[in-house]
Amino acid sequence: MSVSSPPPLDFLGLRDLLSPEERMVADAVRRLVDERVIPVIGQHFERGTSLLEVVPEMAGMGLFGMHLQGYGCAGMSSTAYGLVCQELERGDSGVRSFCSVQGSLVMFPIRAFGSEEQKLRWLPKMAAGEVIGCFGLTEPDFGSNPAGMLTTARKDGGSYVINGRKRWITNGTIADVALVWAKLDGKIRGFLVEKGAPGFTSYEIEHKMSLRASITAELIFEDCRVPEDSMLPDVEGLRGPLGSLNEARFGILWGALGAAAACYEAALDYATNRVQFSRPIAGYQLTQEKLVQMLTEISKGQLLAYRLAQLKEAGRCTPAQISMGKMNNVRQALEVARTARSILGANGITLDYPVIRHLLNLETVYTYEGTNEIHLLTLGREITGISAFE
Amino acid sequence: MARHLLTRPVEWLFVNIAVCAKCVPISAVTIEIDPTTKRVKREGVSHELDPAAASAVEEALRLVEAHGGEVTVVTMGMPNAVDEIRKALAMGAERGVLISDPALAGSDTLGTAKALAAAIKKGQYDMVICATESTDTYSGLVPGQLAELLGVAALTFAKKVKVEGSKAVVRRQTDFGYQVVEAELPVLITVSSGINEPRYPSLKGIMGAKRKEIATYSAADVGLSPDQVGESGAREKVLTVGKPPTRAQGTVVTDEGDGGVKIADFLASLKVL
Repeated sequence: MSVSSPPPLDFLGLRDLLSPEERMVADAVRRLVDERVIPVIGQHFERGTSLLEVVPEMAGMGLFGMHLQGYGCAGMSSTAYGLVCQELERGDSGVRSFCSVQGSLVMFPIRAFGSEEQKLRWLPKMAAGEVIGCFGLTEPDFGSNPAGMLTTARKDGGSYVINGRKRWITNGTIADVALVWAKLDGKIRGFLVEKGAPGFTSYEIEHKMSLRASITAELIFEDCRVPEDSMLPDVEGLRGPLGSLNEARFGILWGALGAAAACYEAALDYATNRVQFSRPIAGYQLTQEKLVQMLTEISKGQLLAYRLAQLKEAGRCTPAQISMGKMNNVRQALEVARTARSILGANGITLDYPVIRHLLNLETVYTYEGTNEIHLLTLGREITGISAFE
Repeated sequence: MARHLLTRPVEWLFVNIAVCAKCVPISAVTIEIDPTTKRVKREGVSHELDPAAASAVEEALRLVEAHGGEVTVVTMGMPNAVDEIRKALAMGAERGVLISDPALAGSDTLGTAKALAAAIKKGQYDMVICATESTDTYSGLVPGQLAELLGVAALTFAKKVKVEGSKAVVRRQTDFGYQVVEAELPVLITVSSGINEPRYPSLKGIMGAKRKEIATYSAADVGLSPDQVGESGAREKVLTVGKPPTRAQGTVVTDEGDGGVKIADFLASLKVL
């Protein structure tokens, strides 16, 4: 076995801009993905089983909450976090989603908005992978418009009582703790609901054709009673969930490039080996145009991702800039996957190659954590000053 | 080399281990030989910690985790080998030693062993662990020479390593099975490929590695003169370098009911049967 993998797709030499530690982090995760994810992910996808066996190793490396400071977290740069997402999603969007949900959607808000007791109780165990978290914002009837949520919480003595449903929740059935956003007296608040809390049930959403190696669930709260200290004390309104999503979207805009790179590399390899008529199909102008277009879009996306990481590290990255990254990089990744699929011809639809799996996964990534359209309208509002959401 | 374990109370079992780790061209590149110097081309080629050496580091880390002690990674190479040493430090090794000097270029295996031995003698170790051979040049000569220069026993082709009291006990892979051999510490051990799976460095390990010490020595720093090492000190000389001969076309055996006999005759002609 090797302690390193073939070098990453990096046409513009962005690796030269990384610190030695960032390079080492990316290389270590690359090796993890090559050895532990890629050999088995096709089977998991086909069977619809989650790749949970890699979780202890991800935790052991310190990937969960790696960009957070203290409480057992590694405190790495935003760039390092982005690189990790890129490598994980080169394996599968489901693996990256696991890491995003755990670190950005649950650990980040606890770190940013939780009480000291909540941080001490949850973060070290979540960093160690001993506690798995999920994030409950979307509802069956409220996706792009989370402010309309129907889930409520009411104070009852020393408890809160939660009622409502949350849908499309990654890791919802295996989570030890769910961060649930609910309206308390009309204002959105975050509640940490433990598995087994009375009135809290969940079930897995089946028949998915995308993110099949990731668990997606519906959470049901029927007079679910949680202790008073379950509420995140330091945030109120949409700022809580949207701030968390902003963190996760930063990971997604890097991650999508990993999926795209996997598709491009599969297509390039296939095109140079597949002979039709007189030569490998890579030798035909139509295929070269496709390959060049794919590589160019991935490289542009990498530049965008790298710049957003710089801004984030400087504390100057705006939600609109993140929207541009998520919108562009996922859209382009999906386009790259579709183009790769066309280069592979019939072989492009089998799980013997990674392309159709990434393509199907990216169909989810395209709409989750802010649809392409919502990010577009966010940017539209940013540059015109006029909201076109309604 | 070495501080002897027997000078310590028997129950105090910690072992300080030096691991010889080479940086080799990454496995994704085809190794090229410079026709003029007849050496492996290293300029402009990405290098990595030799996967075989990573197994040696892993084995050393497991031993110190069981018994206490420290792992030091020793390498001879170009100045940028520090990046690869840091990977071993990120895995958990405590310090690194790099012997780097233009005068060392062109060293033969004995010159390499002399440089490694001289650097190892500057420290206090109970054990030296090497890969059986490097995965770029595959000579497999350095560990034996190193053991001789250090004046310690060599336990080779280890598939399992244990420290019991003042002894190292090794399950040794052979062509016909395995042997269990032991030697008093200090000792040199070579580990076979597949002895373990090197760990993934943790992010904390990676961040911690940049604060760990890597001592860099020139040939003179370890007491070697130019006539002992490098091109001028080399006793072996590479005369020619060539590509392996192309394989002759295979023999196709057509089975006309007598395929088994034909194959048996063919094998008999090769004196295999």
